[in-house]
Amino acid sequence: METYNYKVVRQFAIMTVVWGIVGMTVGVFIAAELIWPQLSLDLPWLAYGRLRALHTNAVVFAFGGSALFATSYYVVQRTCHTRLFSPGLAAFTFWGWTLVIVLAAITLPLGFTSSKEYAELEWPIDILITLVWVSYAVVFFGTIMKRRVKHIYVANWFYGAFILTIAVLHLFNSAAMPIALFGGSMMKSYSVYHGAIDAMVQWWYGHNAVGFFLTAGFLGMMYYFIPKVSNRPVFSYRLSVVHFWALISTYMWAGPHHLHYTALPDWTQSVGMVFSLILLAPSWGGMINGIMTLSGAWHKLRTDPVLKFLVVSLSFYGMSTFEGPMMAIKTVNALSHYTDWTVGHVHSGALGWVALVSIGSMYALIPWVFNKEGMYSTKLIDTHFWIATIGVVLYITAMWISGVMQGLMWRAVNADGTLTYSFVESLEATYPFYFVRLLGGLLFLSGMFIMAYNVYKTVAGSTVTDAEVTQPAH
Amino acid sequence: MLTSFFNWWVIVITLVNIFACYWLIKWTMKSRPNESAAGESTGHKWDDVEELNNPLPKWWLWMFYFTIVFSLIYLVLYPGLGNFKGTLGWTSHNQYDGEMADSDAKYGPIFAAFSAKSVPELAKDPEAIQAGQRLFSSYCSQCHGSDAKGTTGYPNLSDNDWLYGGEPDMIKQSILMGRNGVMPAFGAALGVKGVEDVAAYVQSMSGRKVDAASAEAGKAQFDVMCIACHQADGKGSYLFGAPNLTDKTWLHGSTASRIKQTITEGRLSKMPAHNEFLGEDKTHVLAGYIYSLSN
Repeated sequence: METYNYKVVRQFAIMTVVWGIVGMTVGVFIAAELIWPQLSLDLPWLAYGRLRALHTNAVVFAFGGSALFATSYYVVQRTCHTRLFSPGLAAFTFWGWTLVIVLAAITLPLGFTSSKEYAELEWPIDILITLVWVSYAVVFFGTIMKRRVKHIYVANWFYGAFILTIAVLHLFNSAAMPIALFGGSMMKSYSVYHGAIDAMVQWWYGHNAVGFFLTAGFLGMMYYFIPKVSNRPVFSYRLSVVHFWALISTYMWAGPHHLHYTALPDWTQSVGMVFSLILLAPSWGGMINGIMTLSGAWHKLRTDPVLKFLVVSLSFYGMSTFEGPMMAIKTVNALSHYTDWTVGHVHSGALGWVALVSIGSMYALIPWVFNKEGMYSTKLIDTHFWIATIGVVLYITAMWISGVMQGLMWRAVNADGTLTYSFVESLEATYPFYFVRLLGGLLFLSGMFIMAYNVYKTVAGSTVTDAEVTQPAH
Repeated sequence: MLTSFFNWWVIVITLVNIFACYWLIKWTMKSRPNESAAGESTGHKWDDVEELNNPLPKWWLWMFYFTIVFSLIYLVLYPGLGNFKGTLGWTSHNQYDGEMADSDAKYGPIFAAFSAKSVPELAKDPEAIQAGQRLFSSYCSQCHGSDAKGTTGYPNLSDNDWLYGGEPDMIKQSILMGRNGVMPAFGAALGVKGVEDVAAYVQSMSGRKVDAASAEAGKAQFDVMCIACHQADGKGSYLFGAPNLTDKTWLHGSTASRIKQTITEGRLSKMPAHNEFLGEDKTHVLAGYIYSLSN
């Protein structure tokens, strides 16, 4: 009798909650440092510049990554009606990925960094990431190969695109020369690219990390958990075909919008901008497909807070994928670039979309793989939902207002053409919004503690058995 | 300029990707033999999840088409398709040059009008002071502070104590061309004891209590190694930007340990040149403001 491999799913699911708390705690701490810089206690490893990289790595790759591993391993088995390929490699991906995160948590505060945004980890860790990622691809696509249904479910297209593309992005962007080869430190390397080319490769990576890690991967999650939790069929097969292929092909081009009005050649900036605009419809295809899947099941929103998480995450997804193309327009970017607006945009995607869809999916998934009827407390899920949603709204509105304000202050001129405000005046004006942002972050983080309690009460003392592989419908 | 190959490479893959989006829409919209009716299940089932065969929403399609058409028009008007310059002839460089020329035409005369007055006269002209203060906020306050009182390593501009001279022309020279202040490292030449002694002597110059024997030994070293810049009387020199050591102003810190560090490791101070950002007329007005702070 064949069973599904739920062990690795359970491991990653629990670590999703743990890393969520760790990553968001660091985020709240550095948000407080922006108000009270003395919180660093003059210790270099508590400096904002070092902890910021730890925060982004922890929330994107540790929290988001664990949620993607957990759900993709679950979904690919269930929708292929077969046990996960290679349990040994699957276990290696869990321990390997956990080691990567622990090494990140040690090396980043110590100041080891490649200085590439969202790819700060130094080359020895990059090699470990590569090994884990190749193993992940083997496990995932190995499972797809031995599926017992003819067609591949849409969630797996998105997970597959995410896994393949992240491999390519990581390999190209992290290509570097370790100075150890010339007798230097083991923990320092320099990018093999130079100047504007390095910047272009970096943002080709950076934007596709958003596109494939934080979008395609989580769309895979959405495509399984929304129909499953609402018990409704996916709205449109045709829409999923168009938006999948259009999304993955146009995302590839969008990176240069991070480098408007820089040394990057003009033609590159234009191409980046137009593809960012074309990206709007393919992005919204996923939102439409998710929300329309719920038609006929809207009443369930009243009773099922898990569904609330999923639907609200799609609303934030739609909002930030509208905002993104708008910010990619050069004239808008001239105002928004280098301001808190960017920070607000990122967090409407990261907290509103990525975190909410992950949290919702975990609340559904954890009882399934721990042999429980449901979570310990539905009421606590509902409380978590409201705290998290209010937290996101406070966070992003604070950053929108402060971002637009900063952009306007920086460009304001007096009658004699001199700048109306010095930089420090714009910083002073930002302080109230830093407080609101900190409050929003604190609310979101406290929601995670509620989740941790609820998860603990759900899984503590449970005897786990893996479910039997189900027969395909035909 | 891209090479001929990459020029065509960029043009072809850009257009292919855009037109592929259009083809993809058309191809997906086609109805196929034996397919299920609109709104019905496609018949596939995975883990009890099914998909419906619904058409693409109209409003969404129109949005998609609009962005495609907009992009194609944009790529005709602006540079984007390889080496093709776009029909508007726009480049980021000529946009920058144009905006700078416009602002020079608009604001240049305001500052040029001040050049008829001398710096000391500007220092008494409230309008010039206001303009100069605004320039100071944008260009100088990051290092010298909003109140121009400086901080360790960055001179106080309001105390009439000058490293390179406080005459109007010297102030303007500092702003336009910048300054490089170099205090060489003497740790190797003096040794630990030598540094102690010289530091004692330097402190005695401004009347601080020190070990007399040590200061005496330090004076002998000072007279050999330090007087070229700081002068025999320790009052420094505008020529080298060498600080006066006999007063209470300490650019790099006044504690014994800071003084010893300065002697041992030396100091590099850099005031950047601002002629490219400010030009002659604005510098004149800015100098008026700075002059007003101590005169």
